Amino acid sequence: MRILLFLLRKEFLQIFRDKLIIRMIFIMPVMQLLILPNAANFEMKNILLSIVDHDHSEYSKKLIDKITASGYFKLVNSSQSYDEALKQIEQDKADLIIEIPANFEVDIIKENQSNLMISANAINGQTAGLAISYSNSIIREFNSLIRTDWIVQPRLNPLPTIEITSSNWFNPKMNYKFFIVPGVLGLLVTLVGFILTALNIVKEKESGTIEQLNVTPIKKYQFILGKLIPFWVIGMFVMTIGFVVSFIFYGIFPEGSFIVGYLFAGVYLIAILGFGLLTSTFAETQQQAMFIAYFFMMIFVLLGGLFSPIENMPDWAKVLTYINPVSYLIEVMRMLVLKGSSFWDLRFHFLIVLGFAIFFNSLAIFKYKKTV
Amino acid sequence: MKQLFNFIKKEFHHIFRDYRSMLVLLGLPIVQLLIFGFAITNETKNTNIAILDNAKDETTQQIISKFENSDYFDIEITLKSNDEIEKEFKSGKIKLAVVFQEDFQNELFHSNKAQIQLIADATDPNQATTLVNYASAIIQDYQTDLNSENKLPYQIKTELRMLYNPELKGAYTSVPGVMGMILLLISTMMTSISIVREKELGTMEILLVSPMKPYLVILSKVIPYFVISLINVTTILLLSVHILGMPIQGSTILLIAITIIYIFCALSLGILISTITDSQLAAMLISLLGLMLPVVMLSGYVFPVANMPIILQVISNIVPAKWYIIMVKSVMIKGLGISGIWKEAIILLGMTIFFIIISIKRFKIRLA
Repeated sequence: MRILLFLLRKEFLQIFRDKLIIRMIFIMPVMQLLILPNAANFEMKNILLSIVDHDHSEYSKKLIDKITASGYFKLVNSSQSYDEALKQIEQDKADLIIEIPANFEVDIIKENQSNLMISANAINGQTAGLAISYSNSIIREFNSLIRTDWIVQPRLNPLPTIEITSSNWFNPKMNYKFFIVPGVLGLLVTLVGFILTALNIVKEKESGTIEQLNVTPIKKYQFILGKLIPFWVIGMFVMTIGFVVSFIFYGIFPEGSFIVGYLFAGVYLIAILGFGLLTSTFAETQQQAMFIAYFFMMIFVLLGGLFSPIENMPDWAKVLTYINPVSYLIEVMRMLVLKGSSFWDLRFHFLIVLGFAIFFNSLAIFKYKKTV
Repeated sequence: MKQLFNFIKKEFHHIFRDYRSMLVLLGLPIVQLLIFGFAITNETKNTNIAILDNAKDETTQQIISKFENSDYFDIEITLKSNDEIEKEFKSGKIKLAVVFQEDFQNELFHSNKAQIQLIADATDPNQATTLVNYASAIIQDYQTDLNSENKLPYQIKTELRMLYNPELKGAYTSVPGVMGMILLLISTMMTSISIVREKELGTMEILLVSPMKPYLVILSKVIPYFVISLINVTTILLLSVHILGMPIQGSTILLIAITIIYIFCALSLGILISTITDSQLAAMLISLLGLMLPVVMLSGYVFPVANMPIILQVISNIVPAKWYIIMVKSVMIKGLGISGIWKEAIILLGMTIFFIIISIKRFKIRLA
């Protein structure tokens, strides 16, 4: 026990001596929480719109007014021809073209049908899809307005209609930041815990001090605990900073209990630190460790459901998300913060992450040899 | 010249000796492209939903079977009461609940109005919007079938055209992004680390007192990474054309030319970082946090720049990758020629010259 205390003291001294690490612990989480949710915003507000109006009728003007008044679109210009509008898209000055055909108004009234053409810059499929669904819903609204104008009321024989109402739970204002902030918080805890642990042991290897530790009577488990505990504390600390920042700047206060949150983060950190240890046994230099860590972080994040829903992935990718610890933390963070899920709701997540913790750490202890 | 050649050989030995890093460097872009190309899709498929049928009549059965038959949804649970909805959402099993009112069929055919409530888990607002849209479409479909004799009057139809990427493939955003990122990783991060390592180990002084000119020392460090970058670009392009099905619309030579400009820019940035840092860890953190994150976040690679607050939009202008990614998209996807990208190319060239000038200044100070 005394040996462990000495080791811990050494680790903490070394960590706090390094200004860079201090900065990484204190400033990075704050910066990321401030920048990421603002940058990673799929709430489309300023879709750049170019309109080609061949009709210049009352209806076409009304439609344009309705679209620009919706708040989603910014009318950048009205072109004379489709080709001219296409140029705008080529130069990234417009995202969407709405082409109103000649005789638009006449066709609606006399032929009962008219065609609008919407063209979107679909290089980014996700934003194009959203832009189209916004414009479609506005056009649908406009359409029903016209109908009420023309259909003689009241109809003697109304058609049976199914009324669809929809409600959005857990995030009624549909604030995208509420979605992204808890996820980023989970990401930060992972980043700090994983990279710092992986680099720390490799640094001892690179500078040769690990051999000095190896020849002392320190037991394997004492060495590993001595490395894990400081970073566990730092990880918990980063999470606390994260909660404070997300409350102050985004007004996000967890619906669920903090105890469950910290308990889960505690178990999760043991797992991810174990993975950091494991990484360090594979690397000889800090550069290598950094690369291996970077490689795994990239995959963890992409397959962690931070930005794109796991439900949409093909089956083989879903299997990968099941063995990705980060996806559990991100999901639990969201469930806890937004939905207020209880310990019982999260019991399987706990079990799985506990499994990860045992697996990674046993493997790391097994791989770590006191001989060189 | 022969000396330079020997030095370059030495650097290559250093790099290839470390097979783990090599594996990551060459494997990372491939893995990333495959994940982006095949795993991350914007299509909604087999999303788990719950049904609460308070009526249990023929009509609701018909609508439910429509949901069952759609590719978008999988009916995970059939609920019995309103109270269960919240529980299922909290356990995370379902993303959408479809609730039919009591006496649905009767209401529909006698009062001509019946209600279906869609409750979405709006934790992810975009996903919620999409799911509600799809579910509404299914219900409306059913309704149109129901009223098929009566065609709706005064209809505005929309014809959609998805420019450049009609199948909405993820590769179209990821290929330019991965190129911008991986080149920065190799050219900036690796170069700066390898120069700083010589400093850290003290071997830099030995190199500098050798008869080699200092700029040749640096050049010999830079050239191997330039070569590796080109190898990576080739794999990425081959992969995207042959496996991801994303052809190069514009001129390949132009694409390579702008890529070389970007690599120069990234390399000079790497040299600059190495002149201002003294430890590998610092070089890594600056490259990783100062460069990689902005590339992923601010370059417009994943997230549209137009949605960001003004201050971030302004900052995004100093991210070299932003200009490179715009150019790659213009040439590779839109098929534009040099007239469409000369502005971005000049900006990137200007940045490169700027980095080199500062590096030279800093480098001389250090030697004095």
